[in-house]
Amino acid sequence: MANKHVNAVVVGAGAGGGVAAKELAVGGLTVVLFERGRWHTYDEHGDDELTSQRTFPLKCGYGPDNERNWRMAPDGKNGWIKVFPNQWSYGNNAACVGSGTVSYGAMAWRFQPEDFHLKTKYGAVPGSTLDDWPLSYDELEPYYEKAEYELGVAGDPTNDPFVPPRKKPYPMPAFSFNREGVILEKAAKSLGLHPFPIPMLRNSVPYNGRPACIRMRTCVGYACPVSAKAGTQNTVIPVALKTGNCELRINCMVSEILVDESGKAKGIRYFDEDNKLQEQTSDLVVVAASASETARLLLNSRSKLFPNGAGNNNGWVGKNIQDHAYTGAYGLFEDEVYDDVGPGACIAVNDFNHRFPDVIGGGVLCNEFIRMPYQFTSIRPAGSRRWGKDHKDFQKQNFKRHIGIHGPVQEMPVFEKMVEVDPVVRDFWGIPVARISGLRHDNDIKVGHFLADKAEEWLKEAGAIYTWQGVPGKESTPSQHQSGTCRMGNDPKSSVTNRYGQLHEIDNIFIADGSLHVTNGGYNPALTILALGYWVGGHITAMWKGTKMK
Amino acid sequence: MLISFNTACRNKISQWRYLNEEEITLLDAIVEQIIPTDDFPGGKWANVSNFIDKQLDTYYSKHKSAYREGLAAFQKTVIQVKGKKFEELPFAEQTAMLEKMEAGEFPGDYWKDHPPANFFNLVREHSMQGFYGSPVHGGNRGYISYQMLRLDYPNVIGQNRYNDLSWRKYNPKSLENGK
Repeated sequence: MANKHVNAVVVGAGAGGGVAAKELAVGGLTVVLFERGRWHTYDEHGDDELTSQRTFPLKCGYGPDNERNWRMAPDGKNGWIKVFPNQWSYGNNAACVGSGTVSYGAMAWRFQPEDFHLKTKYGAVPGSTLDDWPLSYDELEPYYEKAEYELGVAGDPTNDPFVPPRKKPYPMPAFSFNREGVILEKAAKSLGLHPFPIPMLRNSVPYNGRPACIRMRTCVGYACPVSAKAGTQNTVIPVALKTGNCELRINCMVSEILVDESGKAKGIRYFDEDNKLQEQTSDLVVVAASASETARLLLNSRSKLFPNGAGNNNGWVGKNIQDHAYTGAYGLFEDEVYDDVGPGACIAVNDFNHRFPDVIGGGVLCNEFIRMPYQFTSIRPAGSRRWGKDHKDFQKQNFKRHIGIHGPVQEMPVFEKMVEVDPVVRDFWGIPVARISGLRHDNDIKVGHFLADKAEEWLKEAGAIYTWQGVPGKESTPSQHQSGTCRMGNDPKSSVTNRYGQLHEIDNIFIADGSLHVTNGGYNPALTILALGYWVGGHITAMWKGTKMK
Repeated sequence: MLISFNTACRNKISQWRYLNEEEITLLDAIVEQIIPTDDFPGGKWANVSNFIDKQLDTYYSKHKSAYREGLAAFQKTVIQVKGKKFEELPFAEQTAMLEKMEAGEFPGDYWKDHPPANFFNLVREHSMQGFYGSPVHGGNRGYISYQMLRLDYPNVIGQNRYNDLSWRKYNPKSLENGK
């Protein structure tokens, strides 16, 4: 039997898609929300480090599985090699209801106003497709606020002179610093920096029917056992389902957007949980499958008017993929700095964003989430013994005596850093797989060194007896912070969507995830993706009331 | 459920899933080098070989041939150079052999698809997972690495912190007795 026609199909129940589905359903549209993964609970994963979403040698606990989902990656010899989700070269995010927001670290950053007009601020950057967003911070501000209040953010910007302008305080008080935070706060102040608590999508007090955080050491990479961490799966998606307008269809892999002869989307084709091919027709389609999979879906949706994929007649779909070039330093301390108060990351400084004319971009610096025992086995200064007595001694001596400070350098968009679909290789369902390639811009490395120096200085000031840096290289596969593959813009020749996430070329297809980012900010992108979900979803709903997209 | 039999040399059902007794004996000696016993047990006691054997039967089935070929080639090479099996060598000589393998300065006569240095890195990486990862996968017996790092376990929900952060004394003998 054919599926009942609905107003909207939303592909991907992560940050952007979960919010967009909720906005549409509350706005009165009938919605089917598609998710290739399923619901997950803390109980089925526990604190198993080998299958977490942080370190995943055995598998990515929160999806996707290795058995059906692979990609191609450069093999270093001008060819391609098949890679699986639990390999770094795959560039995985997650695949489940809530997606990355189930297992993320939940930092709740707003981008800086400057992040929305980097090109105006710094000028064109050779080798980069750097551009301004067609959207200003001020325009997105109410949507940031909506995300902060509907999902729940704990924070306090009082001590951050560089906080992006905000109209309302955070809905919850900030978290206290753990021992690392106390040590680093003092050191930052004596360096003249401005430390403050990291805003978190995590309950510091009971909020919206969910309890307060219990400070687990296993937080980033794991689901929350008490649901104190806010994801779309425990906030907006249940709201969407409660309206009665939204059906969540899990374990369903969307393979193609159907585009008719007149160049309009008429729905999607998908493999259901029994791997049977089905169709779901709709008046409009919202794609929020993550920067890599959103691009892959568009590229795999070929039709008469769009032979190179939906909305890709200008060849920009999948280009400019970005992530963050993580950089920073580690320090060893004489005294114990570990107090087992999770999630670890708690303190930040905003001093190194847009305040140095020679440094394009920059990034926030934060102390790291708790490094678990297996992860710590590879945290070593260059030249250290990798096994044997020395290695074990280092584990024993330093597990509770080290601090890491890291920052996400926003990568300069590079046109040739991209997602394509492989011409030959297909996944379990027979869908052409994504392949991701391209090198980072030199500016990322330069800013990486700049920030790592600052991180090391901070650690030394805090009393570290030995420090070393970890700076990014040219090679990387964008993973959990992937963005930019369907950038928004005012010029249809050099962007994929307009400022509302609506494809320039097909007006009833929308994008509502990190793919829209023109640039990726010097911050973890989750709150910005959530805000864009509200922005795009709100726009669709408003438009729907006028035209019904007919 | 599948039960794997290894009846080549004997008639009893092996406790191992993929590797055989000889391979386990050799692997035990290697993992004991990678994570040696000191005032805490090492890789052998912590069941790192069991972890690896279990993964070869499940998540790491793609590494089966690497272990079968690698362990055999490694043992043959050691016998060629030293005239003895690896596990029969004194500890320091074992270390020296593994250092050579890690550095790629190792005769390659017996190796086909898996170069010595690659095989070493594979075993090293898996040993770290087996010793420091969750015991649910067959290694880290009794959360020994967590005890060593003085990390409370299991991770009791609701934050089990100690006010006293002094070293918790650990007596390796008590664990040996419980064996």
